[in-house]
Amino acid sequence: MADGTGFIQIRGVSKHFGDFVAVDSVDLDIQRGELFSILGGSGCGKTTLLRMMAGFETPTSGQIFIDDVDVSHQPPYQRPVNMMFQSYAIFPHMTVEKNIAYGLRKENVARLEIESRVHAILQLVQLDDFAQRMPDQLSGGQRQRVALARALVKQPKVLLLDEPLAALDKKLREQTQFELMNIQDKLGITFIVVTHDQEEAMILSSRIAVMDRGRFRQIGTPKEVYEYPVSRFVADFIGTINLFDGVVETVDGRIATVKAEDTDVPLNCEADARLCPGDKVCVAVRPEKIFISKNAPDDPDDTALKGVVEDLGYFGNLSLYRIRLPGGKMIQVSAQNRHRSAERSLDWDDDIYISWRARSAALLLE
Amino acid sequence: MRRTRSRFVITALAFGYAFLYVPLASVIFYSFNDSRLATVWGGFSTRWYGELFRNDLVLDAAYLSLRIALFSATLATILGTMAGLALARFGTFRGRTLFSGMITSPLVMPEVITGLSLLLLFVSLQSLIGWPSQRGFSTITIAHTTFAMAYVTVIVRSRLTAMDLSLEEAAMDLGGRPLRVLFDITLPLIAPAMIAGWLLAFTLSLDDLVLASFVSGPGGTTLPMLIFSKIKLGVTPDINALATVIIVIVSSGVMISWWASRR
Amino acid sequence: MMSKQADRFWRRVIVAAPYVWLFVFFLVPFAIIFKISLADPQIAQPPFTPTFDESGSLSITFDSFLFLLSDKLYIVTYLKSLLMASVATVLCLLLGFPMAYGIARSATRVRNLLLLLIILPFWISFLLRVYAWMGLLNNYGVINNTLMWLGAIEQPLQLIYTDFAVYLGLVYSYLPFMILPLYASLERMDLDLIDAAQDLGATPSQAFWNITLPLAKPGVIAGCLLVFIPTIGEYVVPYLLGGPESLMIGRVLFDEFFVNRDWPLASSVAMVLLTLLVVPIVFLQRNQARQNEAAA
Repeated sequence: MADGTGFIQIRGVSKHFGDFVAVDSVDLDIQRGELFSILGGSGCGKTTLLRMMAGFETPTSGQIFIDDVDVSHQPPYQRPVNMMFQSYAIFPHMTVEKNIAYGLRKENVARLEIESRVHAILQLVQLDDFAQRMPDQLSGGQRQRVALARALVKQPKVLLLDEPLAALDKKLREQTQFELMNIQDKLGITFIVVTHDQEEAMILSSRIAVMDRGRFRQIGTPKEVYEYPVSRFVADFIGTINLFDGVVETVDGRIATVKAEDTDVPLNCEADARLCPGDKVCVAVRPEKIFISKNAPDDPDDTALKGVVEDLGYFGNLSLYRIRLPGGKMIQVSAQNRHRSAERSLDWDDDIYISWRARSAALLLE
Repeated sequence: MRRTRSRFVITALAFGYAFLYVPLASVIFYSFNDSRLATVWGGFSTRWYGELFRNDLVLDAAYLSLRIALFSATLATILGTMAGLALARFGTFRGRTLFSGMITSPLVMPEVITGLSLLLLFVSLQSLIGWPSQRGFSTITIAHTTFAMAYVTVIVRSRLTAMDLSLEEAAMDLGGRPLRVLFDITLPLIAPAMIAGWLLAFTLSLDDLVLASFVSGPGGTTLPMLIFSKIKLGVTPDINALATVIIVIVSSGVMISWWASRR
Repeated sequence: MMSKQADRFWRRVIVAAPYVWLFVFFLVPFAIIFKISLADPQIAQPPFTPTFDESGSLSITFDSFLFLLSDKLYIVTYLKSLLMASVATVLCLLLGFPMAYGIARSATRVRNLLLLLIILPFWISFLLRVYAWMGLLNNYGVINNTLMWLGAIEQPLQLIYTDFAVYLGLVYSYLPFMILPLYASLERMDLDLIDAAQDLGATPSQAFWNITLPLAKPGVIAGCLLVFIPTIGEYVVPYLLGGPESLMIGRVLFDEFFVNRDWPLASSVAMVLLTLLVVPIVFLQRNQARQNEAAA
């Protein structure tokens, strides 16, 4: 029995392959119309979970509900779910039009209606002139759009996408990202994307689930996952992060100080009501939240550390610095190049100060 | 990627191909020999071809062989494709190991054994249920089908395992039931393999001597059986002509299909 | 659901049809061979004693097996067949390996043509190809004629009806069976591995022995077994090209059956041959299964 929270409900779903546990009792609610991403490295179980939603695997235990119907054991050809395969899986012996019409023919839709729907979807993905082409005459990006069109034309309740942008080059990837979002917005279909590319997940999704070894480590909006990670794993997985292990020294209103292992100066962070002195924590600071300068910072609430520029990289719009602290620890800092100048403001082996605001640092308990 | 070729390899290749084709060239050459002594050149002549086409025995045997080949190839392709599908797509099922073993054994079993075993089967069947009373067309066809099926299975199966599974999954995802998917997607895509299998089964049947000798009866003389009895008497010139005809037909057939598949 | 049952039904049919066919026409006959090998020959139709006589009791005899083991002719022939099959296999390997290697490393455009040329003779009647060799090897055949015409020899060499001719015929017929699996194995190999070995200091010959050969092992095994197993029971080639000392077991089986009309003896010859072959056949099946898994 579905307990009426999400459009898609995954309840205690596990998948075992012999002794190997691919998916370990996961729960998830996805709302109608969301563009939801499941993000994880290879082998984390995300593809298995996706295949269970599509019907190519049955859960060892647990249930999957779509729109209040238990689909856990339904075969793929009966589910209101369609999938866009990573390899696109375009039928090589059929034209673009026949490929797209295939699903509709299986539904026994009237011929005229098939024609008009196929036509409409071809326009949506901008392939109107390609109806009679054979798949081997299409480029990679075009084939992807055919795969998308073929799945969408059936107006499924849910569209599953398996690494949709993996095979595309950078420029095409950016273009397709926005196209996908537009299409989803227009049609209002719930999209579930499975990917290992965090940039992709961050840009596309309304919410992300970070998955590792069969379990979800955090579920939230891209901002939540990025700025408020709940664990080292999530913090480290998304983007780059600087981590300091330490023990809580004092908790004073909204600021807590942490005595860190690798620094001689205590670190200031945003306090949490649950914190007590003596707790073991990990302070996590994103590179872009750190200021770097030759002068010491003025605000006493900020954390300030001395260091030496070990390495630097110039990327045009920003510069990346690797800073060596006196204890030997390396910190990554990124700074936008706000001023136009022919000389570098900072150079190798410069002595500098890095600092960050207390609330820029996250405290991780695990 | 540059590929270095050692002289040894090239020599081996040249020798190997010469080894394969010199005998055939010699046969073709001597088919135009006017002399009755097959390998002593007596002048150019096409008379053996004429004699060949007037020889009723040869024509009857050829007709029988062709009929058998057509039937057994088709039957072998159907059964072999089924077996290939079962092995490549159906996962584990009861009796799979036995099935797999039975499928691939005819490939390597010496023909004298398969021939003997089938003949004994037919004889036993005859005493048990009265059929087959006359050994010939039907028994040879059965023998050839059993034998050729293994080849078709191997070809179809390897094509199936190389095929992208996600194509069939996509079809199912779009609403096709497994049986429909089989006909809509799988079979069209393995069609080349099935055709290759059919051609192979056809050739094997047309060419078979041992199996046919065992399971045939009076009146059921296939072309290879006829050729063999003639050869036993020695190298004769009209066989050269027959051989050349077959070589030419087969070669053109193979070359045409290769050229056609390149387009 | 109705359709699920229909799917399951058709699934069963697809498995059952070939299964039943092979069971009846492949497996059962072997049981029959076994049964008849335990009978006595007699002048009757069929020419052997029934397994159960009129009183209904089991009447089996191991006479034919005992005869097999006692008469030196059979044992010698078995051994000879094993020897000839082994030699033919080795010869096929020696010629086939460089050829397969050459084809695997050739330019992609040429490769298909080369493969085709290997397979083409296979499509041409086996019988006729052996016949072609008869024409070449005969006392007044092409080779002898050419040699005599060149003045190299005075009298024709005895080429035909010798072991040499049989080996020639066997290699000729079974070479494609060696080349194709070898090619498949070699083609799959990453050529960069050889370059890497040489970069690390291996000479081309060392790279071959250390890298290429071990990686081609599955192909070598498959090729050798695909030649060895059927060659043991070869009938046509030894008959047409071999002499009296090239007697092979396939011929013995055939003659016992058709010439001597001793069905039980022929059956026991077949049983013994089958027993000899069981080990290599199972080995081949395992090798193929492993290959299939690796490819999937």
